[in-house]
Amino acid sequence: MPPELTPVMDNGRWRLRAGGAWTSDNARELQRLVEAATRAVAGPQPVTIDVAEVRQLDTFGAWLLERLQRGAGAEGRDARLAGVPDHYRGLLDELRQANRRPPSARRAANPIVAALAWTGQRAIEIGRDLVSLIAMLGALGEALGRALLHPRTFRLTSAVHHFDRVAWQAVPIVVLITLLIGGIIAQQGIFHFRKFGADDYVVDLVGILVLREIGVLLVAIMVAGRSGSSYTAELGSMKMREEIDALRTMGLDPIEVLILPRVLALVFALPVLTFIGSMAALYGGGMVAWLYGGMSPEIFIDRLKEAISIDHFKVGMIKAPFMALMIGAVACVEGLKVKGSAESLGLQTTTSVVKSIFLVIVLDGVFAIFFASVGI
Amino acid sequence: MSDGRGELAIRVSALVVGFGDHVVLDRLSLDVRRGEVLGVVGASGGGKSVLLRTILGLIPKRRGRIEILGIDTDTADDDDVRSIGRRCGTLFQQGALFSSLTVLQNVQFPMREYLDLPEDLMRDVAMAKLEMVGLTLDDADKLPAELSGGMTKRVALARALALDPEIVFLDEPTSGLDPIAAEDFDQLIRTLQRTLGLTVYMNTHDLDSLNTVCDRIAALADGRVVALGPMDVMRDCDHPWVRSYFGGKRAHVAAREIAPLAQ
Repeated sequence: MPPELTPVMDNGRWRLRAGGAWTSDNARELQRLVEAATRAVAGPQPVTIDVAEVRQLDTFGAWLLERLQRGAGAEGRDARLAGVPDHYRGLLDELRQANRRPPSARRAANPIVAALAWTGQRAIEIGRDLVSLIAMLGALGEALGRALLHPRTFRLTSAVHHFDRVAWQAVPIVVLITLLIGGIIAQQGIFHFRKFGADDYVVDLVGILVLREIGVLLVAIMVAGRSGSSYTAELGSMKMREEIDALRTMGLDPIEVLILPRVLALVFALPVLTFIGSMAALYGGGMVAWLYGGMSPEIFIDRLKEAISIDHFKVGMIKAPFMALMIGAVACVEGLKVKGSAESLGLQTTTSVVKSIFLVIVLDGVFAIFFASVGI
Repeated sequence: MSDGRGELAIRVSALVVGFGDHVVLDRLSLDVRRGEVLGVVGASGGGKSVLLRTILGLIPKRRGRIEILGIDTDTADDDDVRSIGRRCGTLFQQGALFSSLTVLQNVQFPMREYLDLPEDLMRDVAMAKLEMVGLTLDDADKLPAELSGGMTKRVALARALALDPEIVFLDEPTSGLDPIAAEDFDQLIRTLQRTLGLTVYMNTHDLDSLNTVCDRIAALADGRVVALGPMDVMRDCDHPWVRSYFGGKRAHVAAREIAPLAQ
């Protein structure tokens, strides 16, 4: 039943006869009718809206009737509804109260000012992030100190559980990826060094690169993506469900209970994974040198002994716990920043991974400068 | 919409639902009439929520038939499923508001999905719905995380009512509200039910709600409906669980408070 709204002049009074289905399915048509009728009845004459013929009415139709009445009744003109069936009266009365307050006008901001404000806010945020990261490192140090003074308060079970998750369960994927990367580096080295007859130096390339840089960097980035993100998501959802607040009200320190075991597990896990990853990369390099470059394993190992020293190995390994500390601290800071919504959980998890990878690379650069100046 | 007054809104027959060896609902049958408020009571873990979720299609059933507004959910095609979605609204116990949308956007969400509406009309009606459930203009731009428990329920009710549904499913609508807020909420449901001609299916533990709002009550025990009817039927029922539920001290107090109002 299509909706109708016909204006009729009746004894110096406008009579608007509404009929048909005033429901959401006809909303566009109804709005058009209401606007046309409001224009048609312009003038000082009083208006009666006769709804006796309305066959169906829902909130949308009732609101349009109300809007029609308000439009006609503007400027103190007499506008009333007539012939309202009893079963629609409640709905119409309900809508009479609705939307009485005008919506607060929103001013569009000046784009230049907005851009400047955004830049400023970002700068402040970066500063705050840095402060909260340092605060987290401090809190971790404090918690570690307390754990050393009172070893019984340290959550060993939790730490071992997390070590299992972030170290042992990560071994297969770490081995697979570092093996492949070692192989790829060796292949590229052989391919390009062969042009000037220096294939043998591929062993130096693989050995030094893997032990000093690639091994630890690659593993740290994988751990940031794999374990850092899961720390953030875990702590974030605990925050959302008020579990962290519950811990605080029980007089327990979430840093001590939740974060210290996680970060320590990571600090122990990353050197282990780095060692395993570096060995896998050397193995992969050796395999490719043998199968693709025709260098027998004995020669590869002999050349490796000459090419690398224990210093290269130490340089790589010493970086691992610091990178782990950075990944763990960033992941936990971001996890605690999660607010109530699912969106914020996703956002903080992404931020955590991006930030920790960035910081791992910055830290690697700082170490490179340090080792260069001390001459290793 | 109001055609066929005498028809059933929901018809559940010989429904069996279980998880593993545990049978939760055992050949349960229940009819909900159009335009009534049906309260479903039952012990915690007694299958109230399972029944509601099975009717909504969120839990698979083992046997039996469910008809919603004359549509058999087993043989329903995509259009029928959309039609049921369009004509039913659900208030989940925790609100289940979309956390990344504002209050107003939450209420507009079903409108946007199902209706072709001009933007200003959608805004006005969504605001009107929010005002109907007792929220103000200032709340409209808040995010769900910023709302209190009572407000969350109100917004969830406004969202459930967004499309002027024929059936509204309410899962523990007054749980977690203080008694005053709970009474307001009951009144609100009653008013909206009268004005909009809704059929209301309500899981509840609240004896006051059962007394004031519900036309009929279904008591669930041992996986079946053991008693069905108005409050008097519940009081006369001799099933032990129903007796202890409606014969307890709290029930008497609630009934005494309501009795003068009803007269």
